[in-house]
Amino acid sequence: MTINNGETLIKVEGLKKNFGKLHALNGVSEEIRKGEVVVVVGPSGSGKSTFLRSLNLLEEPSEGKIYFEGVDITDKKVDINRHRQKMGMVFQHFNLFPHKTILQNITLAPIKLLGMSKEEADKKGMELLERVGLAEKANAYPSQLSGGQKQRIAIVRSLAMEPDVMLFDEPTSALDPEMVGEVLELMKQLAKDGMTMVVVTHEMGFAREVGSRVIFMADGEIKEQGSPKEFFEHPKDPRLQEFLSKIL
Amino acid sequence: MSFGERFAFNFIDSKRWTYIADGLKVTLQITFLALLIGIVLGFVLAIIRSTYLKTGKLKILNLIAQVYITVIRGTPVVVQLLIIYFVIFGTVNVSKVLAAVMAFGMNSAAYVAEIVRSGIMSIDDGQFEAGRSLGFNYFQTMIYIVLPQAFKNILPALGNEFIVLLKETSVAGYIAIQDLTKGGDIIRSRTYDAMFPLLTVAVIYLVMVMIFSKLVNMLERRLRNSDH
Repeated sequence: MTINNGETLIKVEGLKKNFGKLHALNGVSEEIRKGEVVVVVGPSGSGKSTFLRSLNLLEEPSEGKIYFEGVDITDKKVDINRHRQKMGMVFQHFNLFPHKTILQNITLAPIKLLGMSKEEADKKGMELLERVGLAEKANAYPSQLSGGQKQRIAIVRSLAMEPDVMLFDEPTSALDPEMVGEVLELMKQLAKDGMTMVVVTHEMGFAREVGSRVIFMADGEIKEQGSPKEFFEHPKDPRLQEFLSKIL
Repeated sequence: MSFGERFAFNFIDSKRWTYIADGLKVTLQITFLALLIGIVLGFVLAIIRSTYLKTGKLKILNLIAQVYITVIRGTPVVVQLLIIYFVIFGTVNVSKVLAAVMAFGMNSAAYVAEIVRSGIMSIDDGQFEAGRSLGFNYFQTMIYIVLPQAFKNILPALGNEFIVLLKETSVAGYIAIQDLTKGGDIIRSRTYDAMFPLLTVAVIYLVMVMIFSKLVNMLERRLRNSDH
């Protein structure tokens, strides 16, 4: 896949999500273009995770539309499972499958969903494991890995489906501080390889260094966005100024 | 009569041991077939119940499953057996064993359903989300990711349920099935010696339960070895 800046991959229109009386998202419209690394930041309860989880419909929107590669995936007639195959997702708590080995974690979806042969999937899985330097863990179980290793495996598991976009939901928030670096390093590599990424994170260093665009959310709305430089150096929204003063 | 003579009188004379042997065959047959029905129907009920609890879908099926489980668990198995044989199959001529298999299988399913449901509900939502985010649909996620983990957690409880099932089939005599218990009781009524046949029957049940427990333990250990 060639990187084609400017081509819209995900388009969100008037997205609202209510949990009972709580309005988690208050009408968000946004576009994610191919090759972009969009970093979403904001205080807790700002709706940033809900926004991310709505992109692959893990949260069903209460209102609004989401287009992925031109298809309205909020349309009930659309087979969301097929589109999810193209949207990798990485979770805060890894969610590796504890009853499967590392290699099986990676090959399960390609074998069952893409109809890949076991040999082919194993070969590809091993290649990916080599790439992240965890080949020797192929036959280990998730519980034998450190947090950082688990998260790198979770990323590899998503990559095995050859997604067009990767969604990261606070991928380093559950990690011990000394393991954050290895995960961010892998994400940086992905970004360099041209992967389209949407990343919800508290890692401002990552946002500044790797992000092509930073979005600030609060109260279920996008309050401000821009290039990392202008975002961090010249924040306009008072909520963002307050937020940045607290965390930087 | 000496011990040896009493043994011979109860089991060897008139080939009375065949009551025990034939009865054991019937008991195993009913248990095995009821077990199959219990597992299959129990898993189906459990998936319906937990799908409703997790997603809010299958509302009507869930209601039916809930009523079924409530009724089955709220009435004695002997009464269910009698109703199936004399009421439901009252006018059609079906074999008693088939009626018993259905009664015990349907009874067991209600208990299996609740065990499996608790197993499914104990699996972290993150496992569902990980499966769904890779592109698996709800039922693929269940089959490949959630149920294998749930099964390992509930294996002891399932094993217990099957021990209960094996022993519960001893009431099959209520519809005049000659199972193991009935076989021993027939010998008692012929020889007027209660101790020998009934203790023999008890020991056979005990040995079967112990063998079965051992098998479940072995399976449990094997599954545990496969992850750490």
